[in-house]
Amino acid sequence: MLNYLWAGMLLVGIAYGAFTGNLAQVSEAALESAGEAVTLCISMVGVMALWTGLMHTARESGLMGQLTRMARPAVRWLFPDIPAGHEAQEHITANVIANILGLGWAATPSGLKAMEALGRLEDSRRREGRSQVPEGAASNEMCNFLILNISSLQLIPVTIIVYRSQYGSVDPTAIIGPAMAATACSTAAGILYMKIRGRRKRT
Amino acid sequence: MKLLGYLSELTIPLIIFYIVGYGLLQKKQVYEYFISGAEEGLRVVLRILPTLVGLMVGVGILRASGFLDFLGVLLGRAAGSLGISAELIPVILVRMFSSSAATGLCLDIFKEYGPDSLLGRTVSIMMSSTETIFYTMSVYFMAVKVKKTRYTLAGALLATLAGVAASVFLAGKMG
Repeated sequence: MLNYLWAGMLLVGIAYGAFTGNLAQVSEAALESAGEAVTLCISMVGVMALWTGLMHTARESGLMGQLTRMARPAVRWLFPDIPAGHEAQEHITANVIANILGLGWAATPSGLKAMEALGRLEDSRRREGRSQVPEGAASNEMCNFLILNISSLQLIPVTIIVYRSQYGSVDPTAIIGPAMAATACSTAAGILYMKIRGRRKRT
Repeated sequence: MKLLGYLSELTIPLIIFYIVGYGLLQKKQVYEYFISGAEEGLRVVLRILPTLVGLMVGVGILRASGFLDFLGVLLGRAAGSLGISAELIPVILVRMFSSSAATGLCLDIFKEYGPDSLLGRTVSIMMSSTETIFYTMSVYFMAVKVKKTRYTLAGALLATLAGVAASVFLAGKMG
C-alpha cells in the first residue's frame, strides 16, 4: 500500500511537472526537501532525547507501570486480545497520554516501541499457530493502534491557538470546545471502525 | 486565554517535576535512567530519518509540480456543490501528508480571511481534529517492516473524514 502510494507521489509529480513545464521546480524541490528532512531531524534530536530520557526514568521508577494499571480498563477495551501485563500495554498507554497532552515528539518513541511489542506479540502467536495474518502484514492491534493515533487524540490544540492569536483573532480560544467535539467525532469514528473490522475470528 | 496559556506553559515543567520527583521518592538513580534513556532518542531519530526523507521528497515534488493545486481546484469544484468552500480542499489534502505544509496553508487562510472568519474557524478546528495519515503510517509501519497495512488506511481515512465533517458543521454553528 505505502509502496504504491509513495511511488505514485513521485511518478505523478514528475509526470505532471513535465506536462506543465515545472520540472526545474520539481528537481529543486526534491533536493531541498531531502535537506529539509535532515534539518528537521537534527532539530528534533534534542527534544527526542529529553523525552526518551524522561520516559525511561518513568518506566524504571515504576511510574509508568502505575499509569498503565490506571489506564488498563480503557486499553483492555480497545485492545482486548493483548494478554494482561504484556509490555505493549505500557507503551500504548504512554503513547496515548503523550498524544492527549499534545506532546507530539514524546508520542513517537513510545509509539515505535508499542509497534515493536505488537510485532513480537504477533510473532509469538505465529509460533503457536494462532496468528491470523502472514508475516509482513499488520496485526489487528497494529491497525487499531494506528487508527487510534491518526484519529487525533489531542485535547487542547495549543499551536493553532497561538497562531490564531498571532493573526489577530479576537477570541483565539473559542475553538477549544468545537475542536474537542470534532476530535471526539473523529476518534469515535475510528474506534467504531476498528471495533467492527478488528474483531478476531473466534475458533 | 490567560488560564489556558498558563496551563500549557505548566504541562511540560509539571511532567518533568512529577517524573523526577517520583523517581527520587522511590530512591532510584534518576540521572542514570535519564542518560541511558536519552541515548535511545538519538536512535529513534535515526530510525525515522530515512522515512522522513522519502516522504518529504514525495510531498515536495507533488507540490512543486503543481499537481496538488490542480487536484485542489478539481476537488474544490466538487466540494462547492456540496456547500464546502473550495479553499478548504487543498488544506484537507495536504493535511494527510505533511503537518508543516498544512500549517503553512492554514496560515495563508488566516492571513487572507482572518482566523475568525468561517473559513478560518473551520481550518482551525480541522487542524486540531485530524492527523497526518501518511506520515504516521510510514513512520510506524516502516519501523516494524510491515508491508501489508490491511484496513489501517480505510479506518484512518474514515476518522479523518469524520473530523473534517464535524469541523465544517461545528464552525458553521459557531458563527
